[in-house]
Amino acid sequence: MSLRAADILPGPVPAAAPLVRISNLSVVLDRTPVLQDVSLTIARGEIVTIVGRNGSGKSTLLRSLIGAVRIAAGDIQRDPGLRIGYVPQTLTLDPTLPMTARRFLDLPRRAARGKAEEALDRTGTAHLARRQLADLSGGQRQRVLLARALLGRPDLLLLDEPTQGLDAEGTASFYRLIETTRRDLGCAVVMVSHDLDVVMAASDRVVVMGGRVLCDGTPAEVGADPAYRALFGAAAPGMAVLHRSGDDLHPAAGQPLGLRLAE
Amino acid sequence: MLDDFFLRALLAALGVALAAAPMGCFVVWRRMAYFGDATAHAGILGIALALATDMPPMPAVLIAALAMASAATALTGRARAMDTALGVLAHSALAAGLVAVALLGHVRLDLMSYLFGDILAVSKGDLVTIWVGAALVLALLVWRWNPLLAATLSPDLARAAGRNPRHDAFGLTLALAIVVAVALKVVGVLLITALLILPAAAARPLVRTPEAMALVATVLAVAAAIGGLELAFAFDTPAGPSIVCTAAGLFVVTTALAGLIRALGRRTGTGAVPRTDG
Ligand SMILES: Nc1ncnc2c1ncn2[C@@H]1O[C@H](COP(=O)(O)OP(=O)(O)OP(=O)(O)O)[C@@H](O)[C@H]1O
Ligand SMILES: [Mg+2]
Repeated sequence: MSLRAADILPGPVPAAAPLVRISNLSVVLDRTPVLQDVSLTIARGEIVTIVGRNGSGKSTLLRSLIGAVRIAAGDIQRDPGLRIGYVPQTLTLDPTLPMTARRFLDLPRRAARGKAEEALDRTGTAHLARRQLADLSGGQRQRVLLARALLGRPDLLLLDEPTQGLDAEGTASFYRLIETTRRDLGCAVVMVSHDLDVVMAASDRVVVMGGRVLCDGTPAEVGADPAYRALFGAAAPGMAVLHRSGDDLHPAAGQPLGLRLAE
Repeated sequence: MLDDFFLRALLAALGVALAAAPMGCFVVWRRMAYFGDATAHAGILGIALALATDMPPMPAVLIAALAMASAATALTGRARAMDTALGVLAHSALAAGLVAVALLGHVRLDLMSYLFGDILAVSKGDLVTIWVGAALVLALLVWRWNPLLAATLSPDLARAAGRNPRHDAFGLTLALAIVVAVALKVVGVLLITALLILPAAAARPLVRTPEAMALVATVLAVAAAIGGLELAFAFDTPAGPSIVCTAAGLFVVTTALAGLIRALGRRTGTGAVPRTDG
């Protein structure tokens, strides 16, 4: 089965007003410029993946979309009434705070009973409802986080490295889950990921970050872009990977480890 | 045995327990123990302020506690558990308060009663203040429970849902200052943090949800208040420390109990698994 998003849903209608328009955004944290002159629009229903080295400002970009970061210059226009579902890169669970997966869904707003069950079903975590969040495996916890993010029927899903710590099969099935979710809810998805090979196959658009937007376009465009190849090396997946099977998610033998940005 | 002053002491201890226990859950969850110490120790500065200006002590303590809590928030910024900075604040406030009280010339002032509480001297007026303060804290916590919890777990999750976690954090700071002001007479500045943390810590091993933790902590705090006062009367010990000792005893009991239940659960758990090998 191909993971290619376009096979499942026709590409976003270009004429529709964007959900979010980021114009010339600059963010300064601790007197260090973290984002410079970032411009980006996100259309309804598209899957946009943000890639880039560690510290390139991916999380900061997502956090500025939820309004958690002070903007130094530029602005972010959101569709009025925009509903955001957010999965943070890290959720530090203090062991003194008891929290079941089901109770977690009620934060910060109580979820209607049927809605919560539906979200757990959709993410395949219904059997985990009564378990403590802290006791779940990494992949199980990511799914519960996604279930919570889906509850408000978001127009925009912001996922910060949702596949961290997942094995190859876990990653592939998580991306399939994202795609069915996008199809069923019609929401846009903005996702940070280091799984370059999957990203190139499963996104409508790829944005390469490096403190600013290095390049932005379809996976084919980005894969051919010199900036992308300079950043991730000649072995980085580009065009060819687009036609690879969705089950073949391991980097080919002999590919340099740096491909996965694992440092 | 229910003399008038014993009844007043009991009512005062209960009022403080009802506010301190759920507040203490947040102190534990947000790792604000040192923050609590800094705020509580500022109570002595509040006493100095009251002496200098002829203000009644409780509002003065409230002002000092609020000022300290705000200063601590500003100093530590968004990062939690800035142990050293908060430690500096907490202990400096205590020492400066003691020096200030001495400088104001009240050498005969009974410092012990401010450090460890003087619950037997609680007046009817104090009682009213304690219960009004406790009711305010409880009302705030109940009203904002879910957003406070979300902001505690992850400020960014609260943000994404369109809430401002800073407002919630300020609400908690305010509630903490009120708890300090009402608890000062009952347990004194040195043991306020103990009263906040012990019931919550004792409740933790018994519960699976935040709500259960707040409820169990409240029940344990009430038990500690009643038991501690009984002890204080029976053995003529200071009331505040006796209450805290009882709470510490409850902590030991619940922790041991939870360990026992887990051990038993493991044994029966393996026994209950149907054997597949015949
Ligand atoms: N709260 C903060 N205060 C100061 N600097 C920060 C803060 N948060 C992030 N930074 C800095 O901003 C830069 C970008 O951080 P960010 O977390 O956005 O990177 P990232 O692309 O998500 O990295 P990663 O792949 O490791 O998750 C880093 O240099 C980081 O040190
Ligand atoms: Mg990041």
